[in-house]
Amino acid sequence: MFNEMSGEDGVIRPAYEGVARWIERTGSETLLLKTEEAEAIFRRIGITFAVYGEGGDPERLIPFDLIPRVFDAAEWRRLDRGIKQRARALNAFLWDVYHRGEILRAGIVPERLVYRNDAFLPEMVGFDPPGRVYSHIVGIDIVRTGEGAFQVLEDNCRTPSGVSYKLETRTVMMRMFPELFRQLSIEPVDDYPDMLRKTLEEVAPPACKGSPVVVVLTPGPLNSAYYEHSFLADRMGLELVQPQDLFVDEGRVWMRTTRGPVRVDVIYRRIDDDFLDPIAFRPDSMLGIAGLMQVYRSGGVTICSAPGAGVADDKAVYCYVPQMIRFYLGQEPILENVQTWRCSEPDELAYVLSHLDELVVKEVHGSGGYGMLIGPKSTKAEIAAYAERIKADPEDFIAQPTLELSAAPSVAGGGIAPRHVDLRPYCLVGADMRLAPGGLTRVALREGSLVVNSSQGGGVKDTWVLSE
Amino acid sequence: MLSRNAENLFWAARYLERAEGAARLIEMGQRMTLIPGAGRDEWRSVAAVAGAAHLFDGEERITDASIVEKLVLSPDEPSSIRHCLNRARDNARAVRTGITSEMWEALNDGWRRLEMADPTAALRDLPAILEWVKARASVFRGAADSSMLRTDGYYFLRLGGLIERADLTLRLLDVKYFVLLPETEIVGGGRDHHQWTSVLHATSAARAYHHVYRGDFSPWKITDFLILNPRFPRSVAYCYNELSRYLELLAIAYGERKQCNMLAAQMVSRLADTEMGEIFATGLHEFTTEAIRHNARLSGAIHRAYHF
Repeated sequence: MFNEMSGEDGVIRPAYEGVARWIERTGSETLLLKTEEAEAIFRRIGITFAVYGEGGDPERLIPFDLIPRVFDAAEWRRLDRGIKQRARALNAFLWDVYHRGEILRAGIVPERLVYRNDAFLPEMVGFDPPGRVYSHIVGIDIVRTGEGAFQVLEDNCRTPSGVSYKLETRTVMMRMFPELFRQLSIEPVDDYPDMLRKTLEEVAPPACKGSPVVVVLTPGPLNSAYYEHSFLADRMGLELVQPQDLFVDEGRVWMRTTRGPVRVDVIYRRIDDDFLDPIAFRPDSMLGIAGLMQVYRSGGVTICSAPGAGVADDKAVYCYVPQMIRFYLGQEPILENVQTWRCSEPDELAYVLSHLDELVVKEVHGSGGYGMLIGPKSTKAEIAAYAERIKADPEDFIAQPTLELSAAPSVAGGGIAPRHVDLRPYCLVGADMRLAPGGLTRVALREGSLVVNSSQGGGVKDTWVLSE
Repeated sequence: MLSRNAENLFWAARYLERAEGAARLIEMGQRMTLIPGAGRDEWRSVAAVAGAAHLFDGEERITDASIVEKLVLSPDEPSSIRHCLNRARDNARAVRTGITSEMWEALNDGWRRLEMADPTAALRDLPAILEWVKARASVFRGAADSSMLRTDGYYFLRLGGLIERADLTLRLLDVKYFVLLPETEIVGGGRDHHQWTSVLHATSAARAYHHVYRGDFSPWKITDFLILNPRFPRSVAYCYNELSRYLELLAIAYGERKQCNMLAAQMVSRLADTEMGEIFATGLHEFTTEAIRHNARLSGAIHRAYHF
């Protein structure tokens, strides 16, 4: 296991020197006390996360670990290039599959993965979204397994969440430990909302003349990420609307205000494709904005991310992203994929079934850490039951080696101990590409656990990128 | 602003004011039950003012425990403090971008306290709980006062709070009017004095009243204070002067006066032209009944004017 602070040889790595001195000086007892203090701050501000399908506290706190996770400038430079490269290729892929499908014709990506994918929307075929951007916020989950070894675990092209935690953890850290920020040069992250707003304004629809009206569309306060929706709307100075606040009239979208209807140009939606427009997608649904898709297709409004963007981010398509980078950009991938076996291929299926005890198996369309099998941590009976599920529908599963995720020092188990971490940066795609330094670091606070999802008991850390 | 957000602000303030009103009423009831021989019906009038009399129909003698259960801890009863606080928070949560973080923190801090409370402990700690409820409302108002932009959202917030406050004072008078009828002065005695002052206590008016009338507790002066005194912040006149002012600010911001402006102005001039004697001549009960209706009409007119 790669320890990000002490490295492979036990010598403190340069990026962590400041943090190591701080931990030494502060002591674990004080850090434990400070953790409680931080929790009180989070609770009072109301930074909570609801977990789907579980009882208990509907507004539980996401655990926060005080010890920051650090990248030095050189490490980040490489990640920055790799992330932007990947986001560019994913958008090129989306434009391609909704037009001529060159990559499918070239036999690089199998057609069925695209055309038989539930996230593929025939309504989008032949349509050009402004700037040819489909995924305006690309969340790319990255793990580290060694000194220079970064790998992409997953792409999120629809509406990746968590960026509010990244910004709030920084706020709390700066409030609690101002001296750290004075002593070390840490890149600021607080311009993310401005960058997001610029990105959204850049993709205004053809019908918009003058300065675009942008709104954030949320399903409402009961959604698990509502806190984030309101946080982002607030920081961008935009209205946070629910579907019932919007309606379609005379070929445009309007919101209901105390002054009467106001036109809307760009919708940063945080609701699923299915619930956007009952006429286009769910005739049985009362939710959504009737007629929205027609306005979108005629250039009266921009929906971010574009409906149908999800076809680029499922776990089967993921396997082909390195090929996409070569195909569309003519470049070698800067960030590698994790080795992946597709159970749809008979050879690979056979390998997976005979190595279940050492692999991680995931549902192709799943997300949030649900419904996966972690071979080394499962009982024989669990493995046998999962094998039956795979055999019943092999196309629905992929498998990856159980990665030795890097670990970073964390306040855990009554002291300070290494815990596994990953990284989710948020790459913004408009007329320009923008990437705030760092991202959201998620940490598996349970000892030995490799699952960092907040829905599975994972926590978050502040992520530092040291300036040059 | 979004109509839904205006509505959320209006109702967040209104529900919080209602929770505070319930806390004040229960304090009044507690105070009354401390008087020997008195107070047997006091809880019933508290419930009546809170609009929850029907909840206690089956109880010959209403106990403190029953009040705590139904008017403090119940999650579903529309008059209970817990229900009102939750609704206030739900409305504020739905309009998180329209309120400041200080305001949100005022509502969010300890919001599950009543949910966690065990009925026995809640009964024992009732004074502390009621103080806490009133403090939530004060902190929220103070946070709004010192942190919120003076735009339409602020006006909607204030309107909701003021409508509810006027309503509470009127309902209190409506239920307790018999205590204040002039005849009772003839009956006299310590108990009536206590009844009157308890009405003042429920409106946080006891000391303010002293200041104005120097201990002269007569029913018409108390009524005058609660209805017509424009300097007392829980009087009907004060609430309506403020309602009228905020509605005027909205009319200026939106460039249009609406029916709600007329309704508020009507009440303002009516109160300004009224002598206390007149209210007693036409009947205190008739006056409060009509004013409560007028208040409800005004609330409806605000909803219509701004597309809630």
